[in-house]
Amino acid sequence: MQMIEADLAIVGGGGAGLRAAIAAAEADPGLRIVLVSKVVPMRSHTVAAEGGSAGVITEQDTLDLHFEDTVAGGDWLADQDAVDYFVRHCTEEMVQLEHWGCPWSRKPDGDTNVRNFGGMSTARTWFAADKTGFHMLHTLFQTSLKYSSIDRLDEYFAVDLLVEDGRCQGLVAIEIATGDFVLIDAKAVVMATGGAGRVFRQNTNAGTVTGDGIGMAYRHGVALRDMEFVQYHPTALPGSGILITEGCRGEGGYLVNKDGYRYLQDYNLGPVVSEPTPKTMELGPRDRLSQAFWHEERAGRTVDTPLGQAVHLELMHLGRAKLHERLPMIYELARTFLGIDPAESPIPVRPAVHYTMGGIATDARTATRLAGLYACGECSSVGIHGANRLGSNSLAELCVFGRVAGEAAARHARDAKTSDAAALSRQAEAVEGRALALLTREDGRDRLATLRDAMGDTMQEGIGIFRDTAGMQATCDKLAELEDRYRRVHLDDRTRSFNTEWLTAIELGFQLKVAGAIAWSALKREESRGAHKRLDQFGERDDENFLQHTLAFHQADAPPRLDYQPVNITRLPPAERRYGSATKKAASAAQGALP
Amino acid sequence: MSDSGREIEIEVLRYHPERDSEPHFETFRVPFAHDTSVLEGLQYIKDHLDGSLTFRWSCRMAICGSCGKMVNGEPKLSCHTFLRDYYPGKLRVEPLWHFPIVRDLVVDQTDFMEKLEAIKPYIVRDEEKPVSEGVYRQTPAQLARYQQFSQCINCLLCYAACPQYGLNSDFQGPGILALLHRYNSDSRDQGQARRMPIVNAEEGVWSCTLVGYCSEVCPKNVDPAAAVNRNKVNSTMDYFLRFLRPRGASS
Ligand SMILES: Cc1cc2nc3c(=O)[nH]c(=O)nc-3n(C[C@H](O)[C@H](O)[C@H](O)COP(=O)(O)OP(=O)(O)OC[C@H]3O[C@@H](n4cnc5c(N)ncnc54)[C@H](O)[C@@H]3O)c2cc1C
Ligand code: SF4
Ligand code: FES
Repeated sequence: MQMIEADLAIVGGGGAGLRAAIAAAEADPGLRIVLVSKVVPMRSHTVAAEGGSAGVITEQDTLDLHFEDTVAGGDWLADQDAVDYFVRHCTEEMVQLEHWGCPWSRKPDGDTNVRNFGGMSTARTWFAADKTGFHMLHTLFQTSLKYSSIDRLDEYFAVDLLVEDGRCQGLVAIEIATGDFVLIDAKAVVMATGGAGRVFRQNTNAGTVTGDGIGMAYRHGVALRDMEFVQYHPTALPGSGILITEGCRGEGGYLVNKDGYRYLQDYNLGPVVSEPTPKTMELGPRDRLSQAFWHEERAGRTVDTPLGQAVHLELMHLGRAKLHERLPMIYELARTFLGIDPAESPIPVRPAVHYTMGGIATDARTATRLAGLYACGECSSVGIHGANRLGSNSLAELCVFGRVAGEAAARHARDAKTSDAAALSRQAEAVEGRALALLTREDGRDRLATLRDAMGDTMQEGIGIFRDTAGMQATCDKLAELEDRYRRVHLDDRTRSFNTEWLTAIELGFQLKVAGAIAWSALKREESRGAHKRLDQFGERDDENFLQHTLAFHQADAPPRLDYQPVNITRLPPAERRYGSATKKAASAAQGALP
Repeated sequence: MSDSGREIEIEVLRYHPERDSEPHFETFRVPFAHDTSVLEGLQYIKDHLDGSLTFRWSCRMAICGSCGKMVNGEPKLSCHTFLRDYYPGKLRVEPLWHFPIVRDLVVDQTDFMEKLEAIKPYIVRDEEKPVSEGVYRQTPAQLARYQQFSQCINCLLCYAACPQYGLNSDFQGPGILALLHRYNSDSRDQGQARRMPIVNAEEGVWSCTLVGYCSEVCPKNVDPAAAVNRNKVNSTMDYFLRFLRPRGASS
């Protein structure tokens, strides 16, 4: 097996991985950094982010407001020390991106502009039209080319970590073009592999978002935290799940049911306003909007489309010129994928799985409990999203914690000792043997797609916008059955070079593990909070028993072992989440109560 | 759906480096609906008919640039091209022209990546401004000077369309020259002088024979042909400037 020696390996070339690589290269130009990615970095899923990235910048905004929006938006399950660090560093990262060439949208005077976003109490979302993720990713990727110490392994697929003497010391990857294995010997590893949205059937995520890194860390005994919190985005296209950005509503779009009625006013999100108003109506948080859709669908007030039930997103009143300037990608997507001109007709939308709030548990500075392993970006749970992520916090997170991870891992790499090379080789060979076994199995039965779709369907049924005990239990059982059938999955392709069927099978192995962690964590959280809403006797938030993070630990051939961890609460004690007119009432009540 | 039950024939180029000495075509029948993309057609084949069919894709929303293929001889993003538009005829899907084939519909993009790395596609400054001093001012008009050229998703369709690149892959090609122009036209950048040798070289703008097909196939309206042309002007100016000033003198 070929061996590559490095000081630091970063797995993932999305926003988080690239930011980490640049930070490490700047922190210590002498470090040999290897950046491993299963797609060429600019193809990573970050490219699809549309709406924008948070950072306090206007005069009426404060760090405290961003902190409060994030903690309340996360239904008090966010770690407040992590959120504090986060909000203090978002803006400098946005400025840094600007210096690196990101084409942020501008005001007439040449200053950068910000827009409103769901759950944010004032405009603080930096945007580059409606292609923010695209521009951030290309800016980061192109900037990373300045640093000669970053060695890219594009289209290399990471299969497993190497753990020796209790420390993570590298990984094994497959060179996709040839199917050859390589051992990457590294003193520290940063996991930046993105979320796991593809374990659900209808989702807004790219095909690469299969939770590989989450699964890898999990199998090595690192806890997965808060996996039950899966964000359903309220506005995706029925069928394909393609996202229609929240920026549409930030710019003033309306959501109406089949009677043309702005139904959100019936779900405590009113009063009805005609201009975009923070935290009100269409700018309520995602979990609440998705839940409102669910009720409308139940009540028979949704629109019938060939690809399922939907509501209408109206942008017509914004006018064609504004749509072209602010939402060009949405305009284009609606035209090609639906044959609709959004300046003239509404866009049918419905909720789809969008974001993995949980992930690899780290401390507030990206270190996992496995020495030498760091995690950042959507695969991680640094603790800032709690039970519901606010839109535009995640692109900012990639930068803030990508940088922290890069610097922390660089420090670790400088001091770490290496173990016996022979022991690492032996491990790597075992990894290779297991991966190759998928190719030589003779008794294969189920097609890969059969198992993948069955997983997606059962997750959607049991771990939906609303959940109950029976449904979640059924999903847990079904996943156990699928894991068993996975051992005898049939592959058509037994060759090595660019065998994407084989890689998809390895991904499915990770996905089934991660799906199990999600389903069991959900079943055992016997309360309702943020994106985890139950219809059984646990319909209310229960701070007494569940103001805690779930930790899921992997066990071979058994459901995960679950443990709980206190939430870090520094200065904002748990309270009720308020949106719509309740926000103002609460604010004026609070003011009235001041001495 | 009213149009369910329709089927279309897709002819796909197959090539496996471990067992084929040359490529051949294979035909599949694929059911489709009004909104089924060519990419979804290929995914149907892979899921249900032949798991060994190999192609790249990721975002399925026309932004990651992974899924370019030749569809009936035209370079297209397969996620953004719909089967309905070829029915009742059939469809021939091939890998992007002008690149070496790795396997089936997957091409080797190394040449493009090396060119991308070589043009310094990042802001170059004589002196960096500290982050603590805030953002550079850039008016909407200044942004508009390069915005179009910053929309490139590196999908390589323009390379598959470019006859010059087909003849000689040393030519930088439309996408790269558009990206180079993007940085040269950015009010924050001071790196133009360092990029001009690439523009001026024989493989730079002067290889272009003004076919313009690159701009026609670009899915993001980048208009790389316009970038190449503007650089021809810049390159000419650069040539004459050399006679006006001793080398090395700063402007
Ligand atoms: C459609 C859409 C729109 C969004 N819009 C917004 C928005 O407006 N604002 C916001 O804040 N957030 C938004 N988000 C969320 C945000 O975009 C993501 O959370 C974020 O981009 C994730 O970045 P990442 O770097 O963690 O992972 P990704 O960008 O997903 O990158 C993961 C990387 O890991 C690599 N990788 C994965 N597995 C392996 C493996 N086994 N081997 C090797 N490499 C591997 C991949 O190749 C890739 O390079 C949006 C998400 C979606 C789906
Ligand atoms: S210029 Fe257009 S066609 Fe060429 S690579 Fe860029 S986006 Fe693709
Ligand atoms: S799959 Fe991303 S551009 Fe087509």
